[in-house]
Amino acid sequence: MYPDPQVSELISRQFVPVRIHVKEQPTMWKRFNIRWTPTVLILAPDGAEAFRLEGYLPRDEFLAQLHLGLGFLAVNQKKWQPARQEFESVVERFPETDAAPEALYWAGVAKYSNSHDPNELKALGRQFKERYTDTGWAKRASIW
Amino acid sequence: MATDTIAWQKDVDGAITEATRAQKPLLLDFTAAPA
Repeated sequence: MYPDPQVSELISRQFVPVRIHVKEQPTMWKRFNIRWTPTVLILAPDGAEAFRLEGYLPRDEFLAQLHLGLGFLAVNQKKWQPARQEFESVVERFPETDAAPEALYWAGVAKYSNSHDPNELKALGRQFKERYTDTGWAKRASIW
Repeated sequence: MATDTIAWQKDVDGAITEATRAQKPLLLDFTAAPA
């Protein structure tokens, strides 16, 4: 159940939404390898899984994760500019969420993938020295 | 009682066909919550 209007609006606008109840469609759980509820999958238009979210999250964390998933959809299609925009929107709109440092990292990856300019990765490394310093994403960026 | 306004579908394969045609991603919500 998604009674929050921001969540409902995002899902209705961006996705073809499908709800699958364990008692009604148990075979679908096996097909998609579902381990726990709630689980949300984001699939590409051809049905390929792009993103998986297991367990409940509060509204802003959930919204941020959905945008992260949209970013990964764009990455999978090598659409670097839309990917970058989606990831940057997570950092700007939901800076306090767990998704934000991951989005910051992937925004940098999308920038580099688009330009092949190593300075983009160095800039990403510098950003993680200033914010989200105690996250695993800062560790990943520490090589730059 | 809280409700949501999302037009949920139940037919996954039908939804994939629709999504492919519209070039729109899908969101699959797996739940065990009472309807």
